[in-house]
Amino acid sequence: MHRIYRAASMLLAVAATSALAQQERSAVEEIERYRAALAEGNPAELWEARGEDLWRQKRGPKSVSLERCDLGLGAGMVKGAYTGLPRYFADSGKVEDLESRLVTCMVALQGFTPGEAKKDPYGGPGKKVPMDALVAYIASQSRGMKMNVAATHPKEQEAYELGKKIFFYRGGPHDFACATCHGADNRRIRLQDLPNLTKTEDAQKAYGAWPAYRVSQGELRSMQWRLYDCFRQQRFPELKFISPASIALTVFLAKNANGGVFDAPSIKR
Amino acid sequence: MKKKIIALGWSGTGNLIGAVLVATTAACASSPMSEDQRAAQAIEVMKASFRARGQAKLDRLEQDETQRLCSLYSGDEALPKEVGQRIETSQRAMIKYPADGKFIGDWKAGERIAQSGVGKQFSDDPALPAGGNCYACHQLTQSELSYGTIGPGLYQFGKLRGYTPEIEQYAYGKIYNSQAFSACSNMPRFGHQGILTEQQIKDVVALLMDPQSPINR
Repeated sequence: MHRIYRAASMLLAVAATSALAQQERSAVEEIERYRAALAEGNPAELWEARGEDLWRQKRGPKSVSLERCDLGLGAGMVKGAYTGLPRYFADSGKVEDLESRLVTCMVALQGFTPGEAKKDPYGGPGKKVPMDALVAYIASQSRGMKMNVAATHPKEQEAYELGKKIFFYRGGPHDFACATCHGADNRRIRLQDLPNLTKTEDAQKAYGAWPAYRVSQGELRSMQWRLYDCFRQQRFPELKFISPASIALTVFLAKNANGGVFDAPSIKR
Repeated sequence: MKKKIIALGWSGTGNLIGAVLVATTAACASSPMSEDQRAAQAIEVMKASFRARGQAKLDRLEQDETQRLCSLYSGDEALPKEVGQRIETSQRAMIKYPADGKFIGDWKAGERIAQSGVGKQFSDDPALPAGGNCYACHQLTQSELSYGTIGPGLYQFGKLRGYTPEIEQYAYGKIYNSQAFSACSNMPRFGHQGILTEQQIKDVVALLMDPQSPINR
């Protein structure tokens, strides 16, 4: 009798567990369906179009366009440029990601001061900024191409090693590092899947999806913003726009994504 | 020839970009930096890359010994057993258990703490209590389906382990300082770092250990 009772209760437990698993699966499926529906109309296109205009527009004290800006493939070459960034630029003597390279060009070509060029790095409610649009446009011109960050120049190699250290750097009141959430396979925060950014396959998929249009914020978000907001949640102080740490970390992430197909601007919840 | 890094700096002022080793001897280019040198460089770079905002001051970039060791033995390098034991011993010695000897608070308050992810971010109001955000990483009650998997599932925590004072004390200590029991755990040291108050930790212990808590029913 006792054994029958135990068997029955075990069966009930199994049934409950599988009902739960079922519920969970359908929640995940719903999210996937939602994502697929979103992808059919991505408002990032508005930023891309605005960015293309801004790229060609005569702006700044010198009233020139950015069309002579060298993003790494030669002056004015936009197609595929994002897949090779960040990279070392001899003219500035620095390793630059897209955002910092745009600032360099806005200063050198258009005559903005560095302060002016960096003033509004991220859009917000009622505020559309040129940086987001330029990032969207240039990134879109690498869609479908493979990530190919050389990281062979000594300064690129140094930035990679530095970025790796920063990735594993635990600090702040919560002892968090990037690796806390992004250093192991098949983990989630709440229902959000977390890519393991030390693993090629995950890094390719994750890096290749930024910049992205964030539905919940109604904004186009750059990789610089992604890092800024990760550090906020890590309980770190505020990451400065195009700071050395942000670029080193981007080199680490971009190189880990080498060989992956770039597919951004994407759309996210 | 012994390599020597004379200075680290940034080309330019403010938050200009690109790390520059201002002066290195020739040997430096051919032999890689040591881990310690690289770590020191990373700290310098980070200090130049963040600004204080709200409650998140730059001192948050300063690591304590545990954070330093856990960062060093991360990624490619496994944590040596003796280092792990050293961390656990030192952290265990710093746990402050409640003076009244009681570990159990109100599980309903504990559930609210487990659900809340605010606290300690520069975007948070420091006057408001922080949450524990337990659901970000753990399954707890069965009714909450939106839970993470960075930490182990804790459904039926008390029921499976027994409602004993020893387990209550263990749960309190684990939440207070996870690294006292598992060196370099991903879990924040909620008491040690002043994220949760003594009462809040008791409330979360109640969520795990009260037989009436939905975790155990």
